[in-house]
Amino acid sequence: MRYLYYPGCSLEAAGRPYDESLKAVCRALGVELVELEDWNCCGATMYMSVDETVSLAISARNLALAERNGDRSMVAPCSACYTVLLKTNRFLRESSELKGKVDRILAGAGLSYNLSIAVRHPLDVLVNDIGLDAIAAAARWSLDGLAFAPYYGCQIVRPERGFDDREFPNSMDRLFERLGARPIYFPLKTRCCGGMLMTQFPDVCLKLVADLLECAAENGAACIATTCPLCQMNLEGYQRQVNRRFGTAYQLPIVYFTQLLGLALGCSEQELGLARNLIPLKISLRAAA
Amino acid sequence: MSSKPKVPGLLTASERELRKTFLEQAHLVPGGERISQCLQCGTCTGSCPVSYAMDISPRKVIALFRAGEIEEILRSHTIWICASCYMCTTRCPQGIKITDILYALKRTAMEKKLYPDRYPVYLLSKSFVNLVNRYGRNHEILLLVSYHLRRNPLALLRLLPLGWALWRRGRVRLSPAKIAGVKAIRQILSASEALEVPRPEERPAYDETMVGYGAVARS
Repeated sequence: MRYLYYPGCSLEAAGRPYDESLKAVCRALGVELVELEDWNCCGATMYMSVDETVSLAISARNLALAERNGDRSMVAPCSACYTVLLKTNRFLRESSELKGKVDRILAGAGLSYNLSIAVRHPLDVLVNDIGLDAIAAAARWSLDGLAFAPYYGCQIVRPERGFDDREFPNSMDRLFERLGARPIYFPLKTRCCGGMLMTQFPDVCLKLVADLLECAAENGAACIATTCPLCQMNLEGYQRQVNRRFGTAYQLPIVYFTQLLGLALGCSEQELGLARNLIPLKISLRAAA
Repeated sequence: MSSKPKVPGLLTASERELRKTFLEQAHLVPGGERISQCLQCGTCTGSCPVSYAMDISPRKVIALFRAGEIEEILRSHTIWICASCYMCTTRCPQGIKITDILYALKRTAMEKKLYPDRYPVYLLSKSFVNLVNRYGRNHEILLLVSYHLRRNPLALLRLLPLGWALWRRGRVRLSPAKIAGVKAIRQILSASEALEVPRPEERPAYDETMVGYGAVARS
């Protein structure tokens, strides 16, 4: 299988282990990821606050390039990119006025977009295209009862219903249960981590992060599995600040779900960028049955 | 809030102007007119993970819009504290795209420059937009540096331990990645400037004197 890949800006820097582990997982499963050539920033949440039409046009440039490539879908691992690209599709489909404007803007850059690109999240692709059976068959290690908190974050499941439930999704739960891990009770699985609020209003954001860490720790998680570079950064990079402020002593590893999956598939720690995580993951693996 | 007593249905000149801008922005949200269906049930406020930190709750935002008090909304912190997790939009029984309505309010505030000086969200968004326009991609370090230098340079010092830890693990990229198609980004920007003045048939006709839901219903 072949997928067009849109890494997004975060995966080039702080989110590098996500990029590395996703590629390793795809190699292990025989899935070809082809990076979209010369992609640009999706605009994230911030461009939308300044100018909606330009923001949509900038995001649509990527979709237009994908279409020109002859592709039908594009995989975006960062939750912010994923939701913005989906929103671009939806807004352009729902409003002929916006579509008309964006068309005229794109034409100025020699491009056109006919709404034919399906935007996909890797979790969706892995669970629904590749399938749990094929993944289980390819697994070389069992995650041996690892208690993990399945943290989806907000933007891969909302606002519209996509590949899973908008408040209590279970794709990741099912994926890792199948691989021998144990999802803990984690009712905050789609609660917001605050995203960029960590820069703008750290007081508000640290509380959100503290809630998530508390919920995971109290319910016995040995690690939190994330699907988004912003969630990963807030939960991992600011854990010490949370501890200082709230008098806690969390040392919870925050891993990308692709890192965990890669371990089960027998990828090396180096391939999965595990040494790049700030809080090391300690895990016991057992040979898969 | 203006201290003058309000006559129901009568708007001040500045409120009329704000209302016009906001309705134009809300018009850019497909389904934005559903704001008129608000029941004031409070599901949005109850669902919001950051409403505890807001000075005006999401439900009150819609109530104030209905009452002709957009200026009060724009002068609050509320619209900027929203991290766009879309929980309110997901749960709203009337299908109101509350998150997108807040984006429309943010754009109104940006356009009318109604926010406190050196306000964090404004600065961060502007820094972000400048980077994307210049390189085609975001660059984490330049974004944080250009933001904090203008707001509070000392905050950069506090980021050093985390920055160093990330640097040691190869998670910091020093130079921005400039895309080859940065010319296309410029073309997109100039083409959109040319569209700035809407053609007459595209200009929504609002009755500026109308308060609340009626104004949207007409649009």
